[in-house]
Amino acid sequence: MSSTPCSTLGFVMSDFRQAEAVTETETVGAPVTEEVEEEPKKPAEIGVPPGATTSLWSDAWRQLRTSPLFLISLGLVVLFIVMAIVPQLFTSADPRACSLSNSLERPSSEHWFGFDLQGCDYYARSIYGARISMAIGVTVIGFAAILAVILGSISGYYGGWLDSVIARLTDIWFAIPTILGGIVILSLLGERGFFQVSLVLVILGWPTMLRLYRASVLAVKEMDYVEAARALGASDFRILFKHILPNAITPVIIYAAISVGVIIAAEAALSFLGVGLQLPAISWGLMISGAQTRILQAPHLLLFPGLLLSLAVFGFILMGDALRDALDPKGR
Amino acid sequence: MGRYLIRRVLQFIPVFLGATFLIFALVFLIPGDPIRALSGDRPMPASVQQALEARYNLDKPLWEQYFLYVAGVAQGDFGEDFRGREVTDIMAERIPVTFKLAMYAFAFEVVLGIAAGILAGLRKGGFIDNLVRISTLVVISIPIFVLGFMAQLLIGVRWGWLPVSGLGDGFKSYIMPAIVLGSLSLAYIARLTRTSLAENMRADYVRTATAKGLKRSRVVGVHALRNSMIPVITFLGVDLGGLMGGAIITEGIFNLPGLGNAVFRAVVQQEGTVVVGIVTFLVLIFLLSNLLVDVLYAVLDPRIRYE
Repeated sequence: MSSTPCSTLGFVMSDFRQAEAVTETETVGAPVTEEVEEEPKKPAEIGVPPGATTSLWSDAWRQLRTSPLFLISLGLVVLFIVMAIVPQLFTSADPRACSLSNSLERPSSEHWFGFDLQGCDYYARSIYGARISMAIGVTVIGFAAILAVILGSISGYYGGWLDSVIARLTDIWFAIPTILGGIVILSLLGERGFFQVSLVLVILGWPTMLRLYRASVLAVKEMDYVEAARALGASDFRILFKHILPNAITPVIIYAAISVGVIIAAEAALSFLGVGLQLPAISWGLMISGAQTRILQAPHLLLFPGLLLSLAVFGFILMGDALRDALDPKGR
Repeated sequence: MGRYLIRRVLQFIPVFLGATFLIFALVFLIPGDPIRALSGDRPMPASVQQALEARYNLDKPLWEQYFLYVAGVAQGDFGEDFRGREVTDIMAERIPVTFKLAMYAFAFEVVLGIAAGILAGLRKGGFIDNLVRISTLVVISIPIFVLGFMAQLLIGVRWGWLPVSGLGDGFKSYIMPAIVLGSLSLAYIARLTRTSLAENMRADYVRTATAKGLKRSRVVGVHALRNSMIPVITFLGVDLGGLMGGAIITEGIFNLPGLGNAVFRAVVQQEGTVVVGIVTFLVLIFLLSNLLVDVLYAVLDPRIRYE
């Protein structure tokens, strides 16, 4: 199997080859770059004009722009972000204005998703459900990434006993499955809102990213430019955040995109089990949990939040997948 | 290989102690008085409360409670719940259900996942490859409880092919829960096998094997596949823990009386010893399966064996 390492050839490729690369990206999905590293010297050989940047990210962007899977995922992610920030764009109905006379009504042309048990407009509730899911997904991954970068820097750059302590701690954390740990901790908290659920998911989710970043720091810190910075007398802080971070963060970014989806699913699972968010919060997990006793009478109560939840998770996972193909040549 | 194994076993002990202590501390440190909760609205006499606290070691400092607990676990004593029932009895009743469920799910995901991964990996970029790539992404995206309810609604109720819930029909009752439980890991296994095999098919030793004139089935089955299985097997070790976690949700949806169901009920009823007991057991299984994977690793990968 041979494919054109299209992204390293970049814009110096003739139009013909570019077109070929594009069609290939479309049919194969995105894994075309897997061969990129085999010929990393290519752009220099064929003479990239001076001043032209062919950084990892600009290469990746050139490939991503033409990858249909990435564009679909981008569309989904943007859609759900807009839905979370301004749900009013999608519905004019108030998700909390309910009338029992509409209880469990089936979907109709006026009310696309029907009504729930309390007679609330289910479409409006499903739309508003995006907010807390997205907020938790982004917050948890944001904090986990910050933790991973700080601890991973210490662990990977300095090594020594601190590294050993952090490594053993992550080993211990890995031994506790997320959902199981989440149930145990959350069930002990009386009040469970956005803050508590996010906190628990951060606590359970940080070790993977930490390991990724640590491994990445270990590889990058041996580079000549880090040595050069040290020789010039740069402080450790400057080396870690100016020189190492931009070059070591890629695997964390890929993993973060996927993880937002995974965290959204985990929050929904915990809320579904009754140990996550609590009513009157509007969340997909809670909606599905409420639907479970009535799946025969009112399957639409399960279908719509389930569909939106799956689409949101799909968007992020697909995006991570496309990013990995574009950024990580040896990607799995 | 011997030194490698000894090192792995020695690493296992602190991790096990650390993880169980974490769970133990979480469950017993959190405010709330399970003994007082036992008596309901009317307060119990102080002497009774003290006697009960002494019986469950609740009057001792946390580290001592933990030490006593681990000493008990080492002798097969997981303590008793607040109604005086042995936790080991509860577990013994539940383990077969969860074990069967996990094993069926495991068999399902391993067989289909590896098969799909091989088909996709051999013709990278082909129709089957794209089909596997997209369909696995879709499966990964659908949360297990949505999948479970959809299966229940369609396969169980609408079409009536398989029992909807409970254990009334023996093996048949396990089929749907096992498929639902195993589907997520199936997707991961298929993707891992695909990438790993596709990468190895380009390796020099595969070209050599082909050049020697070996049959394609032998080149793929013996030479390429053996190395491709290393990341898959790593995942399988981690996955057993995932199956145990997923069993909580699956057993809930399909109303199977397994460990997941029991641990969830115990959490809701604040039965600390039952929660800690079952979670300790699950963590132990998880760590043991990881240990087993590391041993298998050494068998598959000579670089580790001769380290």
